Amino acid sequence: MKIIFAFLAMLIAALPRPAHAAAVVTVGDTFSDPVLETRARNLQRQLRCLMCQGESVDESHSPFSEDVRHLLRQQIAEGKSDQQIQDFLVARYGDFILMKPPVQPNTWLLWLAPFLVLGAGGVVAAIVIKKAASREA
Amino acid sequence: MIGELGQVSLCFALALSLVMAAAGLMGTQAPNAVARKLASSSAMGLLVFVGLAFGVLTYAFVVSDFSVLLVASHSHTLKPLVYKISGVWGNHEGSMLLWVLVLSLYAAMVAGLKRGGERLTSGALGMQGLLAAAFLLFILFTSNPFLRLDPTPFEGAGLTPLLQDPGLAMHPPMLYAGYVGLSAAFSYAAAALLVGEEGWARAARPFMLIAWIALTSGIALGSWWAYYELGWGGFWAWDPVENASLMPWLIATALLHSALATEKSGAFRTWTLLLAIAGFSLSLIGTFLVRSGVLSSVHAFASDPTRGFFIMVLIALAIGGALALFAWRAPTLQGGAAFAPVSRESALVLNNVFLVASCACVFVGTLYPLVLDAINGTKITVGPPYYALTFAPIFFALLVLVPFGPALGWKRGDLKAAWRSLYPALGLAAVAAIAILAIVSPRGLAATGAFAVAGWLIGASLLDIRKRRGARASAFAAALAHAGLGISLMGVAGTTAWRSEALAVLAPGQTMTVGPYTLRFDGVTEEKGPNYFADRAHIALMDGSRVKAMLLPEHRFYPAEGQDMNDTAIRTTGLRDLYLALGDDRGGGRFALRAYVSPLAPLIWLGGLVMALGGILSFWGRVRVKEAEPAAPAVALAAE
Repeated sequence: MKIIFAFLAMLIAALPRPAHAAAVVTVGDTFSDPVLETRARNLQRQLRCLMCQGESVDESHSPFSEDVRHLLRQQIAEGKSDQQIQDFLVARYGDFILMKPPVQPNTWLLWLAPFLVLGAGGVVAAIVIKKAASREA
Repeated sequence: MIGELGQVSLCFALALSLVMAAAGLMGTQAPNAVARKLASSSAMGLLVFVGLAFGVLTYAFVVSDFSVLLVASHSHTLKPLVYKISGVWGNHEGSMLLWVLVLSLYAAMVAGLKRGGERLTSGALGMQGLLAAAFLLFILFTSNPFLRLDPTPFEGAGLTPLLQDPGLAMHPPMLYAGYVGLSAAFSYAAAALLVGEEGWARAARPFMLIAWIALTSGIALGSWWAYYELGWGGFWAWDPVENASLMPWLIATALLHSALATEKSGAFRTWTLLLAIAGFSLSLIGTFLVRSGVLSSVHAFASDPTRGFFIMVLIALAIGGALALFAWRAPTLQGGAAFAPVSRESALVLNNVFLVASCACVFVGTLYPLVLDAINGTKITVGPPYYALTFAPIFFALLVLVPFGPALGWKRGDLKAAWRSLYPALGLAAVAAIAILAIVSPRGLAATGAFAVAGWLIGASLLDIRKRRGARASAFAAALAHAGLGISLMGVAGTTAWRSEALAVLAPGQTMTVGPYTLRFDGVTEEKGPNYFADRAHIALMDGSRVKAMLLPEHRFYPAEGQDMNDTAIRTTGLRDLYLALGDDRGGGRFALRAYVSPLAPLIWLGGLVMALGGILSFWGRVRVKEAEPAAPAVALAAE
């Protein structure tokens, strides 16, 4: 656990601190353009604060989240697409930062399990009901 | 001295729980009437001694006896009395003692109420005794609340400010009443497997109901607390610890429904047993997740690997033992009821399929990241978007089907007639959907669908209530609980779809707008609480140039604990919340302010309350019936 935190601390230290003077990013960390602001907020909600438990970058008050918010707003201001920004963050921090786990071989079971259970339950239900009906008849 | 009294009480309690376990299990054999008596009286004795230990610990907290290590590390003389008391369970050791106290309470109720046959009761007491012994061993060996501290410190370290809140003072006892209430259902189920006695579902029903009511209220309370305390306006984060309480609730709900059919017609006998075992198993797993330090979050104020290991062994024995018993004995219970494909029974089968699938969803979502990490160190996050794509559609489908259950008859129902009787509810659903489309912008498919289903649920409940006019109270329980689902759904959909938010940095005198509201910042004053200092913002809610109300969000600093806390200010109309959280000091008297307008937010918890009331109604009705005609089987069932 300690190693992970040390690692995270290193990552955060390595994160470039965006200049506060960047034209579009205001002191209050908001875009004046509502379209850009909505994009930023949506992106922030999709990212997890790595220092907190279960909070998104959007909600968290941690320095980490503050830095990520600066970073992604700067990239939006530079004209990068949402996908590019997300890819950049995943390359840096891994899938851990995504609130929505990516669909890939090691998460197939995660995504399918609820529906497998539902399907299996449906089959069992059909058998149970059929049996009960045959008893009734 | 007082601490040793607690310690000795716990040792007596352990001895009594062992006696209770042995005597109770022996009492399942027909001739052992003495053993049954002994099990009963040990249950009472257990309650006395665990109660004494708990009382002693509470006393130590109230008088701030810092010679007790637990008090020194979790209390403070300046803390208000109510938080000195809630501090008893605001830590690992004390909360485990509370767990055993609730367990002993249920055991005493099992012994006192003597529901079901003698042998069944005795077996249930035996199982409760085993569980109590296991948890008492856990407390005495890994989590002793009465350890001494020498020299006695002058002052205690205080309680996490997050836990110094009336909502959170009540939240753990409520949840424990639910978690542990499921232990009574579990014990009855295990006893039924041992003695092969039918009618266990009827005997255990009040316990299932209490557990369900407590879980429902506990979850609603926790969600409300998260909403007003954490300062980001959310009500459910799919945090693993929240999930740990949701899983037993989903299974307890399935259990209540399935047990209904078992009582009524002997259907799903083995399945109901399995659900009773699963419900408590999930409570244990929840405890493990929260207490072991596998997760660390605001709730997991205790993290210690040896404790985790102990709990894991305990869980393995309890779940493994119960499942082995089930596999061994369940085949002998095979009965199987007869019912038509269209019937109340079939509806209950579907109810269970959807509830179990919803629970599977939460289970996989909570444990998958842990398992993946353990296997090869891959770290992933399973956040709200996952549940929005899996849990939400499955649970939504369940909600659509709910009204058909009470509309169908037992054994053989008439789908066409049920459908026709529900037309007015369908009408209400259409009205709700059209109203949403007409009034609200932006229009959204999800919100419209949610309101249609809410209208459908509430309409069907009203029809059900009308149909049962004049019946005893318990007949309305299902209608009320189902209407509560509809009310909560409106709250969830409303806040999710139409919440507006504003963030601004304001100097005194400046204004901001959020939704329909205009707010004026009148500066910040410094305040002093009993055990904290606060920056209190004075925010005027404007109506033109007139001040309509003052809202006072605070930022608190607790010096004893060295921690910061937000205290939000919420002004509600009952249908819409204005929610303010004070941000950081930006210098020169300027402060950041976060404001949310959450339409319909209060309905989320109102719905939970209505659901719990439904549960209480069904419980109350049955007690009355029992008093009126003690010989008759108590059949005042929720959805009769």
